[in-house]
Amino acid sequence: MEKKSNWEPKIVAFLCNWCSYAGADLAGVSRLQYGANVRVIRVPCSSRINPLYLVRALQNGIDGVLVSGCHPGDCHYISGNFVARRKFSLMKNFLTYVGVEPERIQFSWVSASEGNRFAALINKVIADVKKVGPAKKLVKDC
Amino acid sequence: MESIEKKIREIAKDLFAGGKIDLFIGYERGTVPLMSRPSFIHLKEVKPEDSLDRLVWNSFCANNLAVFLPKLFERDPLSRKKEEAKPRIGIVVKGCDLRSIAALMKEKQVPRDNVVLVGVPCRGMIDRRKVEDMLSGEEVADYRESAAGVLSVTTRKGRKESLKREDILQEACLECRYPVPEKKSAGQDGKYVLEANDYLVEGVARKPGNGGYGRISEFESRSPEERWEYFKKEIAKCIRCNACRQACPTCYCKECFAEQTDLRWIGVSTELTDAMIFHLIRIFHQAGRCVECDACYRACPMGVDLRTFTRKMVKDVDELFGYLPDFSLEEIPPISTFKEDDRETFITEP
Repeated sequence: MEKKSNWEPKIVAFLCNWCSYAGADLAGVSRLQYGANVRVIRVPCSSRINPLYLVRALQNGIDGVLVSGCHPGDCHYISGNFVARRKFSLMKNFLTYVGVEPERIQFSWVSASEGNRFAALINKVIADVKKVGPAKKLVKDC
Repeated sequence: MESIEKKIREIAKDLFAGGKIDLFIGYERGTVPLMSRPSFIHLKEVKPEDSLDRLVWNSFCANNLAVFLPKLFERDPLSRKKEEAKPRIGIVVKGCDLRSIAALMKEKQVPRDNVVLVGVPCRGMIDRRKVEDMLSGEEVADYRESAAGVLSVTTRKGRKESLKREDILQEACLECRYPVPEKKSAGQDGKYVLEANDYLVEGVARKPGNGGYGRISEFESRSPEERWEYFKKEIAKCIRCNACRQACPTCYCKECFAEQTDLRWIGVSTELTDAMIFHLIRIFHQAGRCVECDACYRACPMGVDLRTFTRKMVKDVDELFGYLPDFSLEEIPPISTFKEDDRETFITEP
């Protein structure tokens, strides 16, 4: 067992190809520092994310999930992130309702020019997840 | 009650005689007391002198009949070219059934032209489990219902009991907002499910509930740990029989996410987290469709309290998007659309 003091959260970030992934790229190119806890998965659009993926990630030992897409109105596919926003707000409310910590599932918007915002966002998510500690709910023992 | 029953039989008979339908779906007496079951009457088995008196209407017609429609209209996409004619169906509907049918029509699962709806005002249906609880688990042998709303039951051990209707109604009926199927009235705009050539039987209905979310708000106010413990306790009962899904009228996917094998999303065993994810996602998939008919709760052999969770989804869709599934066919389902100013408070700002 890892000691609690050494514990670092595992975070999955689903980033949309057109804005947030490019934003993450910019953060890298600009040599911005942010926590190394995050595993990035590139998706075509934030609306590509099925809420099932979020709970699946938690079930398989991820401590926090971040989904990020283009700012509302800037979606490459015109309205993908608007539709995603509805799904996410329902899912986040529902998971919170059954008692899952709201810090574990987070949504944000990052544009391609917001490298700074991306780095700050990741640090914020890491800090939030550290606050609630390792995931215990919904985690499959195996 | 009896006049409604008579009227349903008459309407069904007329529809068959007029050659308007191939199949009539209603309720018939079940094989055990306090149960009515769905009844399917096919045109070929109806004789002209038949009075169709197996059709009943009583306080146990709780099943949501809308669940059968998508299957009856389902066609194999590969055989679309040589498509056989879709059946014409007459169906008995309470408020909840009709709202489910409206949701299904919006999603193009039920063709409007192939169904004749027989709307029935509903006084609320009796919850068998509540009756059993009040008889401390004794089996009911015989029962009689008075017009005043008292259910007299005799158990197998000979115990007699008079139960007040209001004490044994289903939770869903006590909170029901739409006990009467609505027909569009003269001055009203919009497309309604019940059209001029559908039927609306006259009769007494329950007073509509106020639509409050009291129990849900109370649950929300508990601590996260308490909520989690309750969720865990309820889901731990689940045996993953999928009856909730099968009974739900708006769960009609040909291949359910819970059974996909190429990408096995969740395990099929009763492992707790798998069961939790199944219920979370199943309920999420009903966002904007769920009419709180409690078909899932009734179907559950383990008595999982699903209502506490399904109703939360209804509440959120109502409060966040101002959408409540009703009898109109005009409003777009909330998950298929959006508003630019949808609430955004859940977004993380760095």
